Amino acid sequence: MSEEVKNEPQLPSGNELILSSSPHIHDRENIQSIMVKVLLALMPAIFMGMWLFGADAIRVILLCSIFCVGAEILWCLMAGKPTSTVKDCSALVTGILLALNLSANVPWWLCLIGAILAIWLGKQIFGGLGHNPFNPALVARVGLLIGFPKLMTSWVPTIFMGQNTQSYSKAFFSDSIWMNVLEGKLDGITCATPLGLAGEAEKIISGAGAPQLFSGITTSEAYLNYFWGNVGGCIGEISAVALLLGGVILVWFKLIKWQIPLCYIGTVAVLSWCINLFFPGVTPPALFHLLTGGLLLGAIFMATDMVTSPMTGLGAVIFGIGCGLITCVIRIWGNYPEGVSFSILFMNALVPLIDRVATKKPFGYIKRTTEKGATA
Amino acid sequence: MSSDISYKTVSFKGGVHPAKDGKSLSGDRPIKTAPLLEKYQVIVHQNIGAPPKLLVAVGDKVKKGQLLAEADGFVSVPLHAPTSGEVSAICDIPGPMGVPVQAVEIKSDGEDTWTELLSPLDWRNAEPQELKDRIHDAGIVGMGGAAFPAHVKLSPPPDKKIDYLILNGAECEPYLTADHRLMLEEPDKVLEGAAILGRSLGVSNVFVGIETNKEDAIAVLLKKASAYNVGIVGLKVQYPQGAEKQLIYAVTKRKVPAGGLPMDVGCVVQNVGTAAAVTDAVKAGIPLIERVTTVTGEPVKEPANWRFRLGTPIIKAIELAGGVASEPGKAILGGPMMGFAQKSFDVTIMKNTSGILLLDAKDVFQYESNPCIRCGKCINACAMNLSPGPLGAMIESEKFDLAARAGVMDCIECGSCAYICPARIPLVQHFRRAKAEIRRMTQNQKK
Amino acid sequence: MGEYLLAVLILAVIGVFLGCIIGIAAKLFKVQTDPRIELVTELLPGVNCGGCGMAGCADFARSIVTGENPPNKCPVCSQEAVSAIAKALGIEVGDTVKKVAVVLCGGDKNQEKVENLYNGVSDCVSASLIAGGPKSCAYGCLGMGSCARACPFGAIEMLNGLAVVHNHLCVGCGKCVEVCPRNLIKLVPTETKVHVYCSSPEKAPAKRKVCNVACIGCRKCVKAAKEGQFAVKGFKVEVNYDSDNLPSEEVIAAAACPTGCLLTTQTHYEIEKNAGVEK
Repeated sequence: MSEEVKNEPQLPSGNELILSSSPHIHDRENIQSIMVKVLLALMPAIFMGMWLFGADAIRVILLCSIFCVGAEILWCLMAGKPTSTVKDCSALVTGILLALNLSANVPWWLCLIGAILAIWLGKQIFGGLGHNPFNPALVARVGLLIGFPKLMTSWVPTIFMGQNTQSYSKAFFSDSIWMNVLEGKLDGITCATPLGLAGEAEKIISGAGAPQLFSGITTSEAYLNYFWGNVGGCIGEISAVALLLGGVILVWFKLIKWQIPLCYIGTVAVLSWCINLFFPGVTPPALFHLLTGGLLLGAIFMATDMVTSPMTGLGAVIFGIGCGLITCVIRIWGNYPEGVSFSILFMNALVPLIDRVATKKPFGYIKRTTEKGATA
Repeated sequence: MSSDISYKTVSFKGGVHPAKDGKSLSGDRPIKTAPLLEKYQVIVHQNIGAPPKLLVAVGDKVKKGQLLAEADGFVSVPLHAPTSGEVSAICDIPGPMGVPVQAVEIKSDGEDTWTELLSPLDWRNAEPQELKDRIHDAGIVGMGGAAFPAHVKLSPPPDKKIDYLILNGAECEPYLTADHRLMLEEPDKVLEGAAILGRSLGVSNVFVGIETNKEDAIAVLLKKASAYNVGIVGLKVQYPQGAEKQLIYAVTKRKVPAGGLPMDVGCVVQNVGTAAAVTDAVKAGIPLIERVTTVTGEPVKEPANWRFRLGTPIIKAIELAGGVASEPGKAILGGPMMGFAQKSFDVTIMKNTSGILLLDAKDVFQYESNPCIRCGKCINACAMNLSPGPLGAMIESEKFDLAARAGVMDCIECGSCAYICPARIPLVQHFRRAKAEIRRMTQNQKK
Repeated sequence: MGEYLLAVLILAVIGVFLGCIIGIAAKLFKVQTDPRIELVTELLPGVNCGGCGMAGCADFARSIVTGENPPNKCPVCSQEAVSAIAKALGIEVGDTVKKVAVVLCGGDKNQEKVENLYNGVSDCVSASLIAGGPKSCAYGCLGMGSCARACPFGAIEMLNGLAVVHNHLCVGCGKCVEVCPRNLIKLVPTETKVHVYCSSPEKAPAKRKVCNVACIGCRKCVKAAKEGQFAVKGFKVEVNYDSDNLPSEEVIAAAACPTGCLLTTQTHYEIEKNAGVEK
């Protein structure tokens, strides 16, 4: 022990004491760090998109990010709010999510309209971050899908497909079906998504044409392509492996409730497996549903948006299952080939109700219910 | 129970795990006894419940341990003089809650002579009531923080059967090490106190719950526990493991009903410091006039655990700890999670002052008015299973009736939610406001 | 053609049938309401401030009719409205003393000597729970405007960190009195011209240490005024609001309050308004 060799101990004056409520220490995490981590988790999907679609994808991602951040600043200036909200990076995340939901060949003005839809209509008119009931990027995507259906559903081929995308699409189907059914529906430049092809095929040959209809799009080679991302679609949705990696990062940082993607994907898998089992002509097998379209992007990055998803674990389970059900219904029986955006938006609207149902019972609640029951 | 002491690690659900626990600052410093000061300012109302009735006047000579004030009613305890000397003033000094409070100023005569002490009791053969009376007469309150008179907890109504006594040695608050050192250095006092408390309650299931980051204390207590027929329970290092209801759940898996008391599930919880004070009171007749307090924090030059007399101004305590290396940005009475920020260093040590914590200005984090991003972290952290985020929003829009229905009155203000909140919303302050408002509203209704 | 007629016919029959049911139900389950309650509700101001202690004006009207409350318990009603109600119900009421609220503190940002750095919810109750609030004076106005937000009439303005009541807007409902955690707000007779703007019961030196405009209990005003106009309470002086003989404005000049906490409502307002501008 050090001996007491004190001269005059320096005493605090107490002039700079800050008064605030307990607790006086805090976890390092803040909104900005959360958003930065989300961006980190999005990186694999971004790089995959950039690689597979080239400069076009980079252009769309940059444009969307800049427009979204710009839209946020502009709104704050107009509304007389401090523009420092940009620093929390939420607008940037929205911008990138929006870009990942677009095709690589969209014109710049579509990005602009999308950004304004996302930030203004999706977020700021509700009061900004934390108050928006719907996922801003999805609001924009659905808005664009309805407003510009042609642009939003014309896909570009990846660098591995070569120029003639028609032959790529054709390879999925047997010649007879191709000749009779799909020829002419697809032009030479764009590249159909597997889900789109399946949907088209379903519409024309319902029921009887049956399982072999899907045989072309469910070969092991095709599955490998879906898994790595060598397939037509949005910039961010094509590569299952990149999205799964992002999901692992999100769960690792505890940024999302793992129940949401698990229940969402699980519900889609179980439902499509059952339907494919009993009515093989109605829909392709479960694995096809999981790997194609926007399911993984939606389940991992869009449905799990903190602001627009339930706050409790139980709520997350209900939310995930609901999303899965609606997605399946739209995909299998709906007019649109893809139902992820609609299903998430629909469930977003139900979140307040889910939160109400799934609120945790306070500690020691058991006794209280009887008391309350007596008085109420 | 007898000889085979079972040792297991248990926990409650929820809570947080503060990254920086700060215990290494003072954890290995043995308890030092503070030298006699020239004057002490003893705050009169140190317990929850009715303030004691003052017995002395300015100019009176008092001896160490002499009664300064006597209990007024059942939920009240007497107060004793920390040293011998003269009552030089009865004045208002800044209280720990910022509101001026009445205090007795005693000018020490330097002799430190004891008054005639109560006779020692042979607790193994004493009547439970005799023990309770002694605990009351010694002015013992819960020394963990609440300052609830100890004898009241020991006197449950006859229809409540108590079968568990749990001693709280969790010390889950970061930075604080007073209970840790006490258990390590005076294990016999703590264990004997536990046994005395057990006898006064007529309870044979006596446990001491200790967080497993205090391995040395657990080892020491395990060695001696069987002699006193006391069990040791390891607690997972998780805040707020030492909160009463959470501790009871961890040890017994019983849930105290919302709005209820531990005795509703047959449990009584006391702090280990209280147990040590009980031993002194029963075996030596010494009243509660001093306690172990941690003086710590980054600006403090020599963070340590000190045995201070009641009424020691905290500026003196900081002086004894070598003063400060830099001007602190915050002074806290208690731990960093539940302690109270102070605006003056003239506050004096009370029976429930477990720590004096100074924080560097750069370490003081600022609450912000960011919007809730509904991440749900607060819900996972809440040890009482409430929904702090939505509750905070209700209170911000002044919907106190809604908040009451959502259970804000069950909040134990542990601070886990505000600690974890990435939006840095001052949730605990919201809840404290709601509680104050709801209490006022119910009072108005009664009128 | 027949189809259309059929639809019209069916709807007509359903309509008549349901109409009959409603008619019968109205007869069977008629609730007897006292027409006087409606009358009184109409005469009441209808702002539902709750100043009477009932849940809104309609509830208060019911209580007047049943005789639970006298009509002059409404703090908002003018004397004429009260007598109109009394006349309508044929009851007698005494004179009502119209009251206004006054915040008895003059410690604005310029006068309060030390202010700690406060970080938290901007609300007086919340602030008072954190070490008693950021002001060094434990009895002063916290200046976070809880009373101003509680006022249903917008009669309280926050000026330079101090709540100031606009007398012409205040109806004396007492909402602000309830919310102030420092109990600084008092309901006083409208005619009161002069107030001692200090509520601290501390001794003079302690007060002077933290505030320039505290009442130091020198009693100059007591001596300058007539008997019973001021009351000495502890270490401070208060205007005796219960007396019939309230102090007049001349008292201020005669007393020459050394700290300047004895002010008329008007000068108090002007001081705070101008102080805010300077800053």
